[in-house]
Amino acid sequence: MTLFAGIDIGSVATKLIILDSNPDKDKNIMYSQVVPSSHDPEQTAKNLLEKGIETLGEEPAKILATGYGRHIADFSTTTATEITCHARGIFFLYSAECTVIDIGGQDSKAISISKKGKVTDFVMNDKCAAGTGRFLEVMASALGVDPPGLNNLALNAKNNIKISSTCTVFAESEVISLISKKTPKEDIALGVIASIASRVASMTSRLNIIEPVFMTGGVCQAASVVTAMEDALGRNIKVPKDPQLIGAFGAAIIASEDKN
Amino acid sequence: MAERLQSTKRLKEYMTAYYIDAKTAESSNKKVGWITSGGPVEFLIAMDIIPVYPENHGAMVGATHQGGMLCEFAEKRGFSKDVCSYARSDIGGLLSDDPSKKGPIGGLPNPDMLICCNNICGTVMKWYETVSRYLDVPLYIIDTPVIHTGPIPEEVIDYVAAQFKGYIEFLEKVTKKHLDMDRLFEVSLIANENVTIWNKVLRKCANKPAPMTAFDAFTHMAPIVTLRGTQGVTDYYKALIEELDERTSQGIGAIDNEQYRLLWDNIPVWHKMRDLSTFFANHNAALVADTYTNAWASTNITTEGEKDILSAYAKAYTPIYLNIGIDKMIDVIKGIADIFDIDGLVLHSNHSCKPYSVGQYDIARRFHDETGKPSVIIEGDMTDERSWAQEQVTTRLEAFMEMLEANV
Repeated sequence: MTLFAGIDIGSVATKLIILDSNPDKDKNIMYSQVVPSSHDPEQTAKNLLEKGIETLGEEPAKILATGYGRHIADFSTTTATEITCHARGIFFLYSAECTVIDIGGQDSKAISISKKGKVTDFVMNDKCAAGTGRFLEVMASALGVDPPGLNNLALNAKNNIKISSTCTVFAESEVISLISKKTPKEDIALGVIASIASRVASMTSRLNIIEPVFMTGGVCQAASVVTAMEDALGRNIKVPKDPQLIGAFGAAIIASEDKN
Repeated sequence: MAERLQSTKRLKEYMTAYYIDAKTAESSNKKVGWITSGGPVEFLIAMDIIPVYPENHGAMVGATHQGGMLCEFAEKRGFSKDVCSYARSDIGGLLSDDPSKKGPIGGLPNPDMLICCNNICGTVMKWYETVSRYLDVPLYIIDTPVIHTGPIPEEVIDYVAAQFKGYIEFLEKVTKKHLDMDRLFEVSLIANENVTIWNKVLRKCANKPAPMTAFDAFTHMAPIVTLRGTQGVTDYYKALIEELDERTSQGIGAIDNEQYRLLWDNIPVWHKMRDLSTFFANHNAALVADTYTNAWASTNITTEGEKDILSAYAKAYTPIYLNIGIDKMIDVIKGIADIFDIDGLVLHSNHSCKPYSVGQYDIARRFHDETGKPSVIIEGDMTDERSWAQEQVTTRLEAFMEMLEANV
């Protein structure tokens, strides 16, 4: 058994995948885990990795760190950006020329992948929080629910409501004002999700979109977000199993292929 | 990384001497004219007026991390954060009544006149009007219509040339002196020599490895911008070329292991020069060319075939890089990419500079479609360090380098 670890230290969650990579190229996931990044992401990542090693009873040969915390992971062998890792993860699973949309906690990205699995282009959201998971967290909190609760509300919406402000702070006050007008929370939740979808779709449209289009990252675990993204883009979207783990999975794959 | 260029020390002395002259202008009975970076400075030189560039000052403000502080003085007086940070920091420095908070050289020497040419942007007109009102000094505005496509039309040449006539009258009125047209012609020839040699300096980076990077060019551009039309500029760049040639003859590059050659678009992020330069060097990437310093390598004043010298000036100063359409900009970028054999494009989407930043997504897409080469857009601001998200920029640039490494 030769183990390779990919750890994706995001602003909201830290994800770990440990692979067993055989010489005949079979790659088996031996361990996978998601924990909140907490106020001390460095320690969180260390603890998570230690737990994985303890469970498997063996140290990984290589560890690749990705995500916003990649540079603080001094235990890693190497680092790569989330863009490269999400692309690698998706291409490993589907081996197709495609487009990947990753909505994470503090940013969102759209990535073009070539037939050979190379990143040929990418776009990221600008500095503001609109179009990220953080936007949804703030709006969920204004509605008195957690992010899965926001998804549940949106799935039961009856009307389309437009949240017109793209600024997170202004959109929050718009939500509060809608609540005070007794607008059903379900409709507001859908409006919030449609708002982020339209933002990310217009960003994605800066690329030459090649189908299939995949979504990865924690946010697309919410079915309402995927549906809203399909509406906004006018295309079908595929979501892999455990989309939140794709970055860590890609990181582990890259670690297993690293020749140095 | 290669040692610092020896010329950098001379540059410091050269620019210090220039600013001392400007600050002591009154005692030497000289007038000071503030002028925009794309303005026709040759007229001032010909009349022995010392030109001062608030934009060059803005670069110093940014490089010394005083942009946010100076901008706040302007913001407190109602200027929006969306206004250009050169304008905000310049006006902020004027408004600041604390002598220790007026900028890196204690504020610019006061102007006797202001000359504003809108070939670089529209903001300069309101900026200079504000300064004119605040300091109560006369202002002359030169309006240069945008040349979106095709050659510059005859009526535009006539329109701009007529304003240059007014410019001379303005300068003569303020200085109470007569402009000797033979002297202007002489200065024009020197300016052409300056521009030609600056172009040669930049072309040195076509060598592999490049003996300097765009970060060096951003520093060494000061003379061509501020002292164009004087012999000293040519002399300064001759010595710089010797130094660059020496590096090339020894096979020394500006960075140790040049594997990727990149083209920079837009004004530098002055407050992040060192970090960005280190980042690219660590990734074996040299910024071998840029659209910004290249803009001063093309303002040749050719009188041949022109009705008169003022028409020649109109032709030189109207269709400059920021005063043309996107199609033309893409042609310029592709031309530079070809000369310098570049692998990718780094675009700084500059919150301050709208004419430079609008269209960058189209430029990046067209560049990719027409050359097959990748690009990355980072967001920032040339002077205002508050408009910078380090993690976002790092992730974009690292992902771009990973993309280049995987595809080359």
